[in-house]
Amino acid sequence: MKQTITLGKVTKFVGLGFLSTFKDLFTGKLEKEDLQNFLRKIVVPIASVFLFIGLWHMGAESLYNTEAEFKIQKALRDQGPEAAEAMRECIALGDLSCRPNTLPSPAQVWESYKSLLRDHQIISADKAEFADKTAVLNQKRLAEGKEPIVYTGRPSFVDQIFRSLKTVFAGFLLAFLIAVPLGIFIGLSPTLKSAFNWFIQIFKPVSPVVWYLLVFMIVKTLLIDSSEDSSFTISFISVGLCSMWATLVNTAMGVSSVDKDYINVAKVLKLGAFQKIFKVVLPSSLPLIFTGLKITLSVAWMVLIAIELLAQSPGLGLFVWEEFQNGANDSNAKIIVAMFVIGIIGFLLDRLMLTVQNMVSFNKTEAI
Amino acid sequence: MNTILTKPKDISILTENGIFAPSRVMLDLKHLKKVYPTPKGDYVVLEDLNLQIMKEEFVTIIGHSGCGKTTMLSMIAGLNEISGGSISVLGKRIKGPGPDRGVIFQAPSLMPWMTSLQNVMLGVNQVFPHAKKAQRIDIAKYYLQKVGLEDAYNKKASELSQGMQQRVGIARAFAIKPKVLLLDEPFGMLDSLTRGELQDILIEIWNKEKITAVMITHDVDEAIFLADRVVMMTSGPKAKIGDVLDIDFERPRTRKTVLEHDDYYTYRKHLIDFLEH
Repeated sequence: MKQTITLGKVTKFVGLGFLSTFKDLFTGKLEKEDLQNFLRKIVVPIASVFLFIGLWHMGAESLYNTEAEFKIQKALRDQGPEAAEAMRECIALGDLSCRPNTLPSPAQVWESYKSLLRDHQIISADKAEFADKTAVLNQKRLAEGKEPIVYTGRPSFVDQIFRSLKTVFAGFLLAFLIAVPLGIFIGLSPTLKSAFNWFIQIFKPVSPVVWYLLVFMIVKTLLIDSSEDSSFTISFISVGLCSMWATLVNTAMGVSSVDKDYINVAKVLKLGAFQKIFKVVLPSSLPLIFTGLKITLSVAWMVLIAIELLAQSPGLGLFVWEEFQNGANDSNAKIIVAMFVIGIIGFLLDRLMLTVQNMVSFNKTEAI
Repeated sequence: MNTILTKPKDISILTENGIFAPSRVMLDLKHLKKVYPTPKGDYVVLEDLNLQIMKEEFVTIIGHSGCGKTTMLSMIAGLNEISGGSISVLGKRIKGPGPDRGVIFQAPSLMPWMTSLQNVMLGVNQVFPHAKKAQRIDIAKYYLQKVGLEDAYNKKASELSQGMQQRVGIARAFAIKPKVLLLDEPFGMLDSLTRGELQDILIEIWNKEKITAVMITHDVDEAIFLADRVVMMTSGPKAKIGDVLDIDFERPRTRKTVLEHDDYYTYRKHLIDFLEH
């Protein structure tokens, strides 16, 4: 039997089923009952986005006015009516020196987004130029056995996104390598389960900040001789330790709750331990393991921001913190841009895991 | 010793006191007992159950729900501890489960992530580890083809219907060439049409292979159609064998000849009378 792959199947498979409605819209394949579907799946979400932006805009405006009024009143109180009038004019002109610093409006955020992209282009061009300039010199240095000269300028917003992704994937990999094998052992052996249960119950709820401090204590000593920057190591290990619990618990549960019928089949056929684990136990617990991994990845992404901020490890978390400390007139808008980027990347990571889960899972019911 | 034979069909195989000659006995249950400890004291499911099953015999076991039929079968399979007495296969006491006793479960119990061929191969690989891979595949394919699944070797078990899954279950059980085949209401979950089809397939393969079979069923007609002997169990607790009925139809049988046979309704009445009292 030949399986055909259609856009509809693909989008549904990666959990973006609503996209296929668009295709029907453009190919004119919409039936009458699809119209209702179209309204619900496309029009309603778009309308709610606009509603959200509208509310945000009004909220931002009202906060802006509150703070502007407060500034004018303060000038009146402290310096008299002339200063108050000057402040009112200054604010009306939108001068940067006196602009109220509050929740930015959607338009400001959009501006900041564009300026961050421009900034990225400038830095990229700068980097390319630097690479050109140092290419010959670096080759010479390499030949002489010296360290090449690297670009040490500040990273752009996009660089920081990739740095964050790198940290989160390193942490996720660490969580995977610890939690899946450990979960299998715990699930297979009731003895190990009771040995580890207190450990899991106590350390699962510990906050990311505390994990960071613990990892910091250990890694700092381990890398005491190294001159390298340990912030990346510390942050990815902390991310891994914070996020591995969901996978650990789910794997153990999946392995220990394999359908009794399958175990009976394995017993009747007298499968060896190795065969039993790899042919029966693991495949049947894959859906639960992947549910755990999905939670792990989203937790990893969530705690990453806090940990980067603490570890001073470059990335989105540090970007947010630095902008907050910076207090420049567009800092607040940049923080909101970062917030959206964090949210969208988190969503995409979740979809990525769902796709992998659908590929390996024998149970084709749609996961949420 | 309580005699379990009501109407022996071949006197020559019996010794003087009514017991089968040892060389003909495949499966021997002696004073079998099963006790489940409960907070209110022990619950005795089976007590002093004696049953001998000959080589190449097909025995069906019938009785009310909860009388301990399935407990008995899973004890023979080695999946359930024996509380007292013994179970022997060819004179050797069983210790735990093993592929010498193939089981067809009530639920098909296929690994849904494997294809039907892989499911059968799982057992074949285990029983014939020294055969060449091509030979093992041939064995698995042979039995899949016997159950009418030659077009579905590479279909995932999860994509098959219940009836087709149970066909794979039958192929898997026969392919490991067990000494005893244990069937725990294998068609109980199927609609009556599919059930009839699968009974035909089962009996067709069985006619070729003649593997000693013990099958639990709720269905009186199924019990008569398939069996050489129908064993009736009393209701629990402390269930034992209440009565045994020999079915003297010629083999190979077809559904039609069985239904038209004069003795059919006598047998049927016998079984129903037992179940209703």
